[in-house]
Amino acid sequence: MSEQRTSFIRKYIFSTSHKVIAIQYLITGLVFLAMGGVMALLIRWQLAYPWQPVPLIGKLLFPGSGGAVTPEAYPVLFTMHGGIMVFFALTPILLGAMGNYTIPLEVGARDMAFPRLNMLSYWFLFLGSVLLIASFFVPEGAAGFGWTVYAPLSSSTAVLPGWGQDLFILGLALDAVSILMGGLNYITTIMQLRAPGLTLRRLPLTLWGLFYSAVLNTLWLPIVVAALFMVLCDRRLGTAFFVAGPLAPHEGGQVLLYQHLFWGFGHPEVYILIFPVWGLVGDLLSVFSRKPAFGYKATVLSMLVITILSGIVWGHHMFTSGMNPLVGKAFMFLTITVSVPTAIFFLNWLGTLWRGAIRLTVPMLFTLGVVFVFAIGGLTGLFNALQTFDVYIHDTYFVVGHFHYTLAASVLFGAFAFIYFWFPKIFGRQMNARLGRLHFWLSFVFLNAVFSVMMFLGLHGHMRRIADATAYEFLKPVQHWNVFIGWAALGLGLSQLLFFINFLYSLFKGAPAPANPWEAGSLAWTVSSPPPEHNYETPPRVWCGPHEYGVPSLTNGDWLSQTDPQAAKLARS
Amino acid sequence: MDRVTSAEVEIPLLDIPAGKFGMWVFLVSEIMFFTGLIGSYIVLRLGASSWPKPGEILNTPLLGLNTLVLLSSSLTMALALQAIQQGRQAALKRYLLLTAALGVTFLFIKGCDYVHMWHKGFTISSSLFGSCYYLLTGFHGLHVLSGVILLVCLWAAASRGVFSAAQYGRIEYSGLYWHFIDIVWVILFAILCLV
Repeated sequence: MSEQRTSFIRKYIFSTSHKVIAIQYLITGLVFLAMGGVMALLIRWQLAYPWQPVPLIGKLLFPGSGGAVTPEAYPVLFTMHGGIMVFFALTPILLGAMGNYTIPLEVGARDMAFPRLNMLSYWFLFLGSVLLIASFFVPEGAAGFGWTVYAPLSSSTAVLPGWGQDLFILGLALDAVSILMGGLNYITTIMQLRAPGLTLRRLPLTLWGLFYSAVLNTLWLPIVVAALFMVLCDRRLGTAFFVAGPLAPHEGGQVLLYQHLFWGFGHPEVYILIFPVWGLVGDLLSVFSRKPAFGYKATVLSMLVITILSGIVWGHHMFTSGMNPLVGKAFMFLTITVSVPTAIFFLNWLGTLWRGAIRLTVPMLFTLGVVFVFAIGGLTGLFNALQTFDVYIHDTYFVVGHFHYTLAASVLFGAFAFIYFWFPKIFGRQMNARLGRLHFWLSFVFLNAVFSVMMFLGLHGHMRRIADATAYEFLKPVQHWNVFIGWAALGLGLSQLLFFINFLYSLFKGAPAPANPWEAGSLAWTVSSPPPEHNYETPPRVWCGPHEYGVPSLTNGDWLSQTDPQAAKLARS
Repeated sequence: MDRVTSAEVEIPLLDIPAGKFGMWVFLVSEIMFFTGLIGSYIVLRLGASSWPKPGEILNTPLLGLNTLVLLSSSLTMALALQAIQQGRQAALKRYLLLTAALGVTFLFIKGCDYVHMWHKGFTISSSLFGSCYYLLTGFHGLHVLSGVILLVCLWAAASRGVFSAAQYGRIEYSGLYWHFIDIVWVILFAILCLV
């Protein structure tokens, strides 16, 4: 009896199988996504109807104030919303779940290079999330210094003395260690465990995205871990790395140093999250346009160029911090340079779509959604990059809108594209397409309603991180837009219920999925759904790239699987 | 038909075992971690209005001795690898234990230095230099400690006869880590005590 239980725990809880770990990541990420989403709704309620009791759940969450968001709770809400969404919802889904599930299958390996490290990686994230959740229940509540943990607000206990702040920082550090372990596995597996014939030029673009993302993590996450530990020392050990002036016990250190360290990682972080999405979009556009990915090599190279550039543009987050305008100019120039490779792969996406036999499946809808919202997010990024314009829009809702278009909208749609596309492979069941389409269109409309209006508010001068816009005379005329965003956000939140219903329903009652429901060419789709325990009995032999769709000379069907020996024959003829 | 090319037999990017590859990726992130710490030290020091001269506060001879201890532990680690490559099990165990002992010696001297300094009033919160000193050497010390634990585990595995002249990967990769810790200390010694 006890032996059986051990095997259950080994198989589903402390599992070293990349497929089980991916599902653990996925579920953790979705739970936190829901949590961060509820926080966003609370923020929007407060902004729409300042200091009014929150309906339904208000009394439960804020019993002291009769159900209204308190001035102390508001910073906690936007801090935890940001921290949870970036580090505990999107990272686990896009890197944890997508990386773990797709990499070994797509390279034709039996598992990750280091399965035990992989398991440890998930449990570090779990430990981090326990600390994060615990921080809500300590006296003085969870962290309230913003998800960027800016010093000296974070580094001085004179301002925010509660232990919730420290738990948040520790939780982030543990999450960072978890991501580093995962990244180590991703890089090694992609580079060293590829099946025979799977040259680097034949890798699916998703894997290239995950690879670059892991490289950025390996390089830049340790920097922010170092900075977070220094903040903790400042808080609890009496050092003063990021404190100066009267708050410091002696001469003190440099407040601005923290911003350099944080954005040294923080800017690559946006690419860390978006690279896997870009890769996935490249693959899915090809699958559902039934055409090879246009300019495959150029896409891979432009992502490499962005990987390099992303490490040297962090200063554009600090234009208004008092830096030398000449230095700012250099950062501005470098930042605008990023748009060149970005434009290259974006045009490649359009090239893939051009005259394709497009199949508007649910994952394809979300992929097209990414293309649309990323275009807006990317173009408004150029505004922020301009030093002069940034002075005007700094700290306004324009930045919030831009940031959410790139991260919240693009990455979230990418996460949904991943789930809808890979669900049949992961769980062996199909998701309901009608509900999926409804989910997409509602999300698409509401999401644009929320974030585009934010940018207009920002141009009007609406500051970010304020709890009550009606306190400002010049914002009173635009308050009705805050009400509008509030209702649109509620619509966005409610449409996600469709997804959760679809997810749970399909998990148990969905139609059984065939091995290759999408007629996709990459390796993962040659094994059954869900794949057998060790994926491949013998390493598969790869003969061509992952995007051989619309091959004219074929007599049976119009596409080739990567393992199809016909590719070798066709090449010889 | 140029899109579809004949299958070439793929070899890994680098013709080395996955374990060694992974260790190098890990070391890259370790290097970046210490880059964050040492970079901060440099920025803080350059921005400070005054900074103690070398030897003014720190016990340079004692820390120099510690440098020698750690450098010789790198030698014994290299000898451990050479021993198992030649299949000499007993020598492997001896050198692993010696390396671990030198690591412990380093930590012991470090601890004495900490206690002595602290009593002299040079604490983590007494000055910016103190904060940097304890932060940098503290994180390095934690790395040495985990290295010692790793060495003891390797020694236990060696006692079970896990390693042979054909199978010594873990000794080699752990050696990379140990040498890395050594190099970091040399850099720390230079920037804290000598310049």
